Amino acid sequence: MVQIFVENKPYEVKPDQNLLDACLSLGFDLPYFCWHPALHSVGACRQCAVKQFRDENDTSGRIVMACMTPAANGVRISIDDREARAFRAGVIEWLMLNHPHDCPVCDEGGECHLQDMTVMTGHSRRRYRGAKRTFINQDLGPFVNHEMSRCIQCYRCVRFYGDYAGGGDLAAFSLRSQVYFGRHQSGVLESPFSGNLAEICPTGVFTDKSLKRHYARKWDLETAPSVCVHCALGCNTIPGARYGSLRRISNRFNGAVNGYFLCDRGRYGYEFVNSPRRLRQPLLRKGRSGPAAPVSATAALRRLREIISDSRVAGIGSPRASLEANFALRRLVGPAMFASGMSEGDWRLAQKTSRILKEGPARSVSLDEVRRADAVLVLGEDVTNFAPMLDLALRQSVRQMPVRETSGAIPPWDDKAMREAVQQRRGPLFIATPAPTSLDAIATTAWRAAPDEIARLGFMVASLLDKSAPAPAGLGSRERSIATAIAAALGEAERPLVIAGTGLGSEAVLEAAANVAWTLSAGGRTAGLCLTLPEANSMGAALMEGGPISRAVEAIESGSADTVVILENDLCRRAAPSLVENLFEKARHVIVIDSLINPTVARAGVALPAATFAESDGTFVSSEGRAQRYFKVMPPSGEVMESWRWLAAMGPAADAWRMVGEVAKDLENDLPVFSGISAAVYGAGFRISGQKIARQPRGYSGRTAMSADIGVAERQPPVDDDSPLSFSMEGFQGEPPPPLIPRYWAPGWNSVQALNKFQEEVGGPLRGGNPGRRLIEPAPGRPEQPPAPQPPFFNLPPAPFSPPAGRWLLAPLYHTFGSEELSILSPGIRQLAPAAYLALSQKDADDLGIGAGGIAELETATGFLRLPVRLAETLPSGVAGVPVCLEGLEGIVSPGEYVRIRAASRK
Amino acid sequence: METPLTANIRSGHEPSDIDAYRKNGGYRAVLKALRSMSPAEVAQAVRDAGLKGRGGAGFDAGLKWSFVPMGSDAPRPKYLAVNADEMEPGTFKDRLLMEGDPHQLIEGAILSAYAIEADVAYIFLRREYRLAARRLRQAVAGVYHSGLLGRNIIGSGYSLDIHLHVSGGRYMCGEETGMLNAIEGKRANPRSKPPYPQTSGLWGKPTVVNNVETICNVPHIVNNGAPWFRELSHTDEGGTKIYGASGRVRSPGAWELPMGTTLNELIEEHAGGMQDGYKLRGLLPGGASTDFLTPAHLDVKMDFGSVEAAGSRLGTGTIVVLDDRSCPVGMVLNLERFFARESCGWCAPCWGGLQFAVELLTDIEAGQGRMEDIDLLESLAKMLGPGHTYCALAPGAAEPLASALKFFREDFERHVHEKQCPWNRA
Amino acid sequence: MLSREEKEEIEAAAAAFPVRQSVAIDALRIVQRYRGWVPDEAIDDLGELLEMSTAELDGVASFYNLIFRRPVGRHVILACDSVSCWLLGSDGLMEYISGRLGIASGQTTADGRFTLLPSVCLGACDRAPVMMIDDDLHTNLDAEKVDRILERYE
Ligand SMILES: Cc1cc2nc3c(=O)[nH]c(=O)nc-3n(C[C@H](O)[C@H](O)[C@H](O)COP(=O)(O)O)c2cc1C
Ligand code: SF4
Ligand code: FES
Repeated sequence: MVQIFVENKPYEVKPDQNLLDACLSLGFDLPYFCWHPALHSVGACRQCAVKQFRDENDTSGRIVMACMTPAANGVRISIDDREARAFRAGVIEWLMLNHPHDCPVCDEGGECHLQDMTVMTGHSRRRYRGAKRTFINQDLGPFVNHEMSRCIQCYRCVRFYGDYAGGGDLAAFSLRSQVYFGRHQSGVLESPFSGNLAEICPTGVFTDKSLKRHYARKWDLETAPSVCVHCALGCNTIPGARYGSLRRISNRFNGAVNGYFLCDRGRYGYEFVNSPRRLRQPLLRKGRSGPAAPVSATAALRRLREIISDSRVAGIGSPRASLEANFALRRLVGPAMFASGMSEGDWRLAQKTSRILKEGPARSVSLDEVRRADAVLVLGEDVTNFAPMLDLALRQSVRQMPVRETSGAIPPWDDKAMREAVQQRRGPLFIATPAPTSLDAIATTAWRAAPDEIARLGFMVASLLDKSAPAPAGLGSRERSIATAIAAALGEAERPLVIAGTGLGSEAVLEAAANVAWTLSAGGRTAGLCLTLPEANSMGAALMEGGPISRAVEAIESGSADTVVILENDLCRRAAPSLVENLFEKARHVIVIDSLINPTVARAGVALPAATFAESDGTFVSSEGRAQRYFKVMPPSGEVMESWRWLAAMGPAADAWRMVGEVAKDLENDLPVFSGISAAVYGAGFRISGQKIARQPRGYSGRTAMSADIGVAERQPPVDDDSPLSFSMEGFQGEPPPPLIPRYWAPGWNSVQALNKFQEEVGGPLRGGNPGRRLIEPAPGRPEQPPAPQPPFFNLPPAPFSPPAGRWLLAPLYHTFGSEELSILSPGIRQLAPAAYLALSQKDADDLGIGAGGIAELETATGFLRLPVRLAETLPSGVAGVPVCLEGLEGIVSPGEYVRIRAASRK
Repeated sequence: METPLTANIRSGHEPSDIDAYRKNGGYRAVLKALRSMSPAEVAQAVRDAGLKGRGGAGFDAGLKWSFVPMGSDAPRPKYLAVNADEMEPGTFKDRLLMEGDPHQLIEGAILSAYAIEADVAYIFLRREYRLAARRLRQAVAGVYHSGLLGRNIIGSGYSLDIHLHVSGGRYMCGEETGMLNAIEGKRANPRSKPPYPQTSGLWGKPTVVNNVETICNVPHIVNNGAPWFRELSHTDEGGTKIYGASGRVRSPGAWELPMGTTLNELIEEHAGGMQDGYKLRGLLPGGASTDFLTPAHLDVKMDFGSVEAAGSRLGTGTIVVLDDRSCPVGMVLNLERFFARESCGWCAPCWGGLQFAVELLTDIEAGQGRMEDIDLLESLAKMLGPGHTYCALAPGAAEPLASALKFFREDFERHVHEKQCPWNRA
Repeated sequence: MLSREEKEEIEAAAAAFPVRQSVAIDALRIVQRYRGWVPDEAIDDLGELLEMSTAELDGVASFYNLIFRRPVGRHVILACDSVSCWLLGSDGLMEYISGRLGIASGQTTADGRFTLLPSVCLGACDRAPVMMIDDDLHTNLDAEKVDRILERYE
């Protein structure tokens, strides 16, 4: 620690930071614009000026920018100094010269950093009489609204979008007071992280376009801590609702996970909650094939209890439903009759994933550890499309090595100088995938190969690092030299990381990744291993050990069950149509609980309207193995109920559970792998100063008129039995423990930047720690002292890839927008989702006589399919890429399957 | 009086080609240095000479070089960037040197590069200097041809390439770190300092930026030594200086004179005094970004220290003369318009403060100003001072503004009271 | 499409730099020499050639005042409007040229003959007022001289 003096008072602060970091961490209010805790300092806006004094005798001092001045031992500054204050007021005045002062019609109003800073600096009288510069705005696509005339030229947008997130299509144009931030011309922003611009921009230039369509001010949004449901990474979110509809998602800081950012799928996928396809009432079918008619919840439950009491019930859970919902189903049907809800392939992969992480010495890393890794091998995964935030994390990890080599001369927080010194240099990142990925551009080597060849490369790397690991036979010389380079880079790294996952559908690749990470976890070093999974609770479902969907189907087929309850699971997306067909054919009753009307719901005998994440509480386990609780943002309306409540109500234990915490407790008792999930959150009885935590901010308007359309009496707000949060503005408005933070606000800080006030130090963890409880820790590594037991290496490298003549291996291709089930119901995401296609290498297409734009006919195990062909230059021959779950392709891909392909005659 | 920098220059004539230049003793310094001096010795000679940078800031050239990491474990490649951007309004001295004697600059560049063991040198030339470009290009080709550039120059083991880089055009390119970005093909925003270019410059490698005139001095220092160089000057800042004068003087021009020549001598003797019917009202001693001086300052010796003591800066040493029939407010407005237009747009005081200043000055000049506008301008000028902005452009803009408000305040006030410009030429 | 000559010149210029993208400004100027200005599609093509995004390259192009992103006339007049020329009456001269050509500063004559642009100090202050037309410097201007000079450019 070093000592600095602020207004002549001594403070202990961490070394190696700048004065702005230090002052904000100490709780001082010091205005800033161009600085951002994740982007650090560039000294452009000059808003953070303070007075620095040479020593205690220096009374004149000089103005310095806090963000560009090291907090060195003995530094003396004044924030309150008259000249410093005047300068800061001057800066705001300049920034506001061209600003349109259109707060009343600006979406940022009420959560605007520029408003906050203007008030903080006391600039309240306009002295500039001249014309303002104005700009023409661009259409940036469905996510981000552009209003350039509000710009204050802080450069944060391009620094985030280009420097941090690697996007190439947003830039600064022109100069002086006329710098234009935008695209070369109107068009959809290409980066899958574009939505962060809305939070990065300190004013209303970039705002959330989805919010605009059903706008509410921040002070009119009811908010609660939540977790993203659109992939397995478990990014923390703050959904905002008003009048029973979800209006937006914004970031919830979790230093170990998503930090300050979200991907666009996570930010904009939420609109399925408001979708007209929502199932809002129970449906009961007359007979086996009669029409389904809406009934009341009471009527539905009466019927359900009848069914359950005289059936043998099997259950199909879901990797997108909470632990609690899955467990409630498991309780209802008994462990033997419970299936996890994954396809055969997914199940095997998920099992393997969780075993590798539990039983091996490598550490399942958090996203933050990915950001800090200094050498990375990606085996098989297109992370950008599968688990987007992993892409953003990797873009930071490639900077670790060059930054480390450069620091010393340049403090790491001096972002501009650091980037100029580092230039294009990047640390090691090796990518081996069948198809090109958008990370290839920053990779040391990007190598294209079939899944088995990717696995073989991994096995080779492991065997180079540790002779006792098995080497694949007959590896080519090019592969060998790539493997050698990878082994050298990983071997030298301080924090090596291997990324693989289930996206490619190859167990061999997972094994290879494990071998590499295990060989690296020796000699006191624990290598990182990041294994991606597809869905928000895939890991939770894997840990619950229920078996694949087929387990339930077999139970029905064999007669050990005659009724099936399907929880939040559109089987048609995951299982072969024949399997689904069989199930519906054979089961006496099919009961489906889900939030949206999908093909499975449409065929159910009884369909029950489930609450979405926005209307329920529950726990997801992320691919890292981090259990995280999410909370209702709004109460479920009408007949909609949380899945676990339906399950509890239809079973014999109908009133054993009154709140979600009780389900979690029982789960912990039954399955020790989950123990700790409740400890990480605060029970429903938790109070601060005797109060619940208010979901509505103090400024919520129309409190007494909210139900004026129904009656003049002020109605009682809904009661929340499940959590210490309340559905009203009454209650605690201060800083709750991290997992319960419903929004960031502090006096004078209405924007997202109020987050500073919730952190131990700016950019650091939330006061009280990052939310979530890790359930998986690595097995003890190989001890250094002999006798060193051999690591549990996988011993069967696959043989070289050689597809049978006339057949193609189907490789799944993911799309950030389109492959995920729920987000596709958001109009913006639907707009950006590509149409179904088949990817073939140029050579294979030529051999087949299919030109670009031609149509291929695909013969799979489940039937014929016609798809337009996209040529993928670098796709290995013998591999055909099929986009996962794009419209028309739901349920058709079973990875590892070989198919026949021929040119289809044009119709 | 010796005039080493311009000895070879005859106006209206093509410059010496390499043979003629060599006949006059050209490239002797390069041969001497590469054959018998270590880089450190060359650097030391310049250090001893006390050569101050002629680009405007007057930073000791030898001292600047000494910050470059040397030796076998220094980062490579290293670079020299010759600042030939010359866009400071009122300045036309480097044009003279480059058009008149391109080989002198190239010889200086080779020596300066050798002193810091640079591998590559760029001459960053503004686009409008077409003649200089042609002559430099020709000269560089000649030097390569004669073996004084390229690999292993005259068997010394030292290799150097020189590239002429023609600018896309912006005043900011002359700011040394803006220039680095411009050479790298980026927007010419300035860079963060520290780190200084000497340790992290072009493409993150050690780089020295020097002005054309600075570099042209180096061959003469290497040839004749530091004591000789110091002798050239009237003051303790060594060497000669290319001074110039423009405005309503009888014979505007540029002249090489001993460092420390007085303002009076420059204006009265070399520039021939004021034109008939015009009186001296004030002057900018060294380009647009220096503080006004007044007739009361005519005794000031034009070297860095003396001009600073008088409250301004030597800058580029090229004087802009304000006469009594031109409006001082109009002149300041012209200057601030220039700075506002050329602001790179990186830091708020500059892009915003200058836009504001221009707006206020426009109003005052048009007779629509208010008294409080004058105070506002004064506080603006203060707030744009050194250290408050990212680079020296805005502080440079503040200098003529602040000093005009000091020396010509009643002129500003007259505009406000009379609600028009008293000099209105219409 | 970039022409073969353009490409060759750009590649040659790129040899001066250790990083390919650094040739961006030279490349823009090379294109401009051939076409008079830098049209959008050239920015696209150059971006591809230099492995830069279009936005990034246009961000660079739009910074510099001598890279023309809009069509200009056959002859570009750069009329100095900086301080030394101003002291010798350049603003009046600028008005005169404007009037003669019937265009405001920044515009191009209807016949595409001239584009009139104000310019930073041209470094010929001892011969003020000055202007450049294409690559030629014209000094010690007055109205009459301007008339004669303009006639020389077709
Ligand atoms: C806005 C601005 C423009 C500048 N333009 C020039 C220029 O055109 N030529 C020049 O030599 N120095 C210019 N300078 C000064 C350079 O930054 C730098 O100090 C100089 O080139 C260093 O060379 P010297 O030490 O040899 O003087 C400029 C500085 C600023 C702030
Ligand atoms: S003072 Fe600031 S805005 Fe002005 S040129 Fe320098 S960095 Fe750019
Ligand atoms: S926050 Fe320090 S200069 Fe912008």
